Amino acid sequence: MTFSPELEEKFARLLTIYPEGRQRSAVVPMLMFAQDEVGHVTPELIEEIAKRIGIPTVQIEEVVTYYSMLHQKPMGKYHVQICTNVSCMLTGGTELWERACQKLGIGHLQRTGDGQISLEEVECIGACSWAPALQVNYDFHHNVTPEKLDEILEACRKVN
Amino acid sequence: MAELVSLTIDGRTVQVPPGTLVIDAAKKIGVEVPAFCYYEGLSLQAACRMCLVEVEKMPKLMAGCTLPVAEGMVVRTETPTIAKARKSTLEFLLTNHPLDCPVCDKGGECELQDMVFRYGAGESRYTEIKHHVDEKQWSPVVYFDAPRCILCYRCVRICDEGMGVGALGVINRGVVSEIAPNKTDHLECDECGMCIDICPVGALTSGAYRYKTRPWEMQHVGTICTHCSNGCKTTLGVRNNEIMRGDNRDQSGVNGEFLCIKGRYAFDFYHHQERLQSPLVRKNGKLEPVSWKEALEAAAARLKAARDAGSKIGVIGSTRTSNEENFYLQKFARLGLGTNHIDHHRTGDVVTLLDALSGQKDALATTADLYEKPAIVVLGADLALEHPLLSFQIRANFRHHQARVYAVTEKPVREDKYAAAAIRCDAAGELAALETLREKLANEPELVIVFGDTVKGDAVRKLVAFGSSLGKPVKYVALVDYSNSRGAMDMGLVPELLPGYRPSGQTGMSAGEMVASGDLDMLYIVGANPLEGGQPLGGKPFVIVHEMFLTETAQAADIVFPASSAYEKNGTVTSVTGEVQQLKKAVQAMGTKPDLEILGLLVREMGLAAQIGPWTPDKVFQEIRETVPGYNMPLPVIATGGAVQTAPVNGRIEVDARPDLVRSSRDGLFTSGTLGRYSKVLNSVVEGRHHT
Repeated sequence: MTFSPELEEKFARLLTIYPEGRQRSAVVPMLMFAQDEVGHVTPELIEEIAKRIGIPTVQIEEVVTYYSMLHQKPMGKYHVQICTNVSCMLTGGTELWERACQKLGIGHLQRTGDGQISLEEVECIGACSWAPALQVNYDFHHNVTPEKLDEILEACRKVN
Repeated sequence: MAELVSLTIDGRTVQVPPGTLVIDAAKKIGVEVPAFCYYEGLSLQAACRMCLVEVEKMPKLMAGCTLPVAEGMVVRTETPTIAKARKSTLEFLLTNHPLDCPVCDKGGECELQDMVFRYGAGESRYTEIKHHVDEKQWSPVVYFDAPRCILCYRCVRICDEGMGVGALGVINRGVVSEIAPNKTDHLECDECGMCIDICPVGALTSGAYRYKTRPWEMQHVGTICTHCSNGCKTTLGVRNNEIMRGDNRDQSGVNGEFLCIKGRYAFDFYHHQERLQSPLVRKNGKLEPVSWKEALEAAAARLKAARDAGSKIGVIGSTRTSNEENFYLQKFARLGLGTNHIDHHRTGDVVTLLDALSGQKDALATTADLYEKPAIVVLGADLALEHPLLSFQIRANFRHHQARVYAVTEKPVREDKYAAAAIRCDAAGELAALETLREKLANEPELVIVFGDTVKGDAVRKLVAFGSSLGKPVKYVALVDYSNSRGAMDMGLVPELLPGYRPSGQTGMSAGEMVASGDLDMLYIVGANPLEGGQPLGGKPFVIVHEMFLTETAQAADIVFPASSAYEKNGTVTSVTGEVQQLKKAVQAMGTKPDLEILGLLVREMGLAAQIGPWTPDKVFQEIRETVPGYNMPLPVIATGGAVQTAPVNGRIEVDARPDLVRSSRDGLFTSGTLGRYSKVLNSVVEGRHHT
């Protein structure tokens, strides 16, 4: 598998920053960076990272299936993650979640037919002070209202 | 040695080295702290919470499996608080665990069952429906029933750490976590079944054994695996004259709990449908079943006539028959038939090694040495495939004692991964490559050198000279192929040597020469298949064969005696490291007789009984102990299932022992000479097909 020069550079560095014999520590960052570039964690990607680190593929699968932010099927260009954990739930997070599902016609870990947007109901994203909160890819949106949600989704739909 | 730490466990004082875990310290004074995830020899997991103990001045219950001892520590392992905690833990473990104990393979020997019996938790407060996942088959020998799994990680660790394979992992999380194989829906691994044996519950079950019997309905017979030369003890579970399973949960024998696919499953050849169950005699060009009486009379008459006429008789012995059978066979050949044309398939140059080591003490390594010595050199062998127990020992040595391992081989081997040095070289180029390690090896306090069949003859002498020049204690292992390859050599199944490596003072044909010879009159073959591959005999000798199956050799025979397998007889075998262990009869295959009995009956038929002697295993072993140098071992150790290494020859062996004939079959994990063809298990795993 080949990656962009930037990602290759990151990989090379990751393999050097951990103590000798602890290279498997690089599994999570490598998967995250690779997912950003490839879109989702493919079987080839798992093979490739296992090969580069020198561990069995099943040990990569353990990590991939454990962490919810690693996806084994393609997500939308904009991955909208809506928190419904305690603080957000109390301030309307659940309603936001239901509204988003209804508007887009998709559910948890599904994506729109054009591949533009996907939805995920997530646990606490650490933004309780600004609840309800949601995350689009790596960007946070605080104190989200239903109107604000509509704007965010609309924006996601339009931008290429 | 650092000073010992004193602590009190359940009111008793115990002294242990610093760093000892509380669970081990307790075991030392006979206190069992229950645990699922803790497993001696594997890394710590601390996942199951069963081993909680009370420690004075510590506010909460502590996990005994990860808590190192401290001076003055006061530990209690059974209190009402602990019992309550364990009961709660069990209640959690049973949340989704199906209570299908009545049909579960593990029922009766299940650690979870035992613990629930001990601490209760028979009632659950959960009313939710149990999370169910259908069982999966991962290979012909490994099945996984996820709901029964308690996620102790034992299987994951034994596969990764113990076997060096790493074929198992735990995927997902929380209540849906489950063990997963390396190829998503199936396994590609050694198929050793270690994961099944180590499973404390019935989550991993064996394809060979599942749903066949209850553990308490079996007799357990500890015998030695008949496949490779490593001499693993396999405990056969027998019910109604049928072998139900092989394992070694009692950790007896040189192998402890280790077994590979052959020891655990490949006993299945014994009831293969092509097993011979009646003697055969060639009549009008066809092999016809006849009575034992007829076959014995025919063979005896032929042999007697050939001997009296001074005809040329060749004898080829087996690398799987017992020491007693081999000893008796050579005695029969030399004394009874008056021939010195006797040989077997030689797979390692043991003779040159013993000769080169003449005068040295403690120079032959045992299986235990591979686990204990600080440095191991592997020359020209892929141990993980060809000698799985030795490989297992070395891996454990590295894990537990940080042993330095040096691999000098033609192709990449499993040892490379943790080797202090891994060097590639051509076959027979091992010594030159070894020379480059001289400096490193000279710095080792002690060394064990394991070498394969490419190191033979002069190379063995050079290797021993190299070892001696290091000025450190060096021990050796000459690798050989099959369960009694070493014993066949020890018992003098070669023209040049009598039992115990005494020169015979006579010449004789090798096995290959006998097969190719144009003027041999008779050929007597016991449990060997020299015609494998279908090459014809050079001449037209009258051929008598002892066999389990109608092999190429048996097909060419004039008389065939149906022989018992190693699992159907008593006797002793000698492992690759020269360790002698006892075979114990587990079952009786209808119509067959052990080779020793066949020989004995023939001897009687020929009127030679007085001359050749009695043919019961005990009597012959007694004679071996009295007359064969190196075999005068304490009988009680052998008779109780122990292993004793044969004493070194310690004296020059001044014969040309024909190292040129040494050739290993290089059987991997999924082949076992001709015998392997009759094991359904060995032929059913996908990995086996990759190798051929």
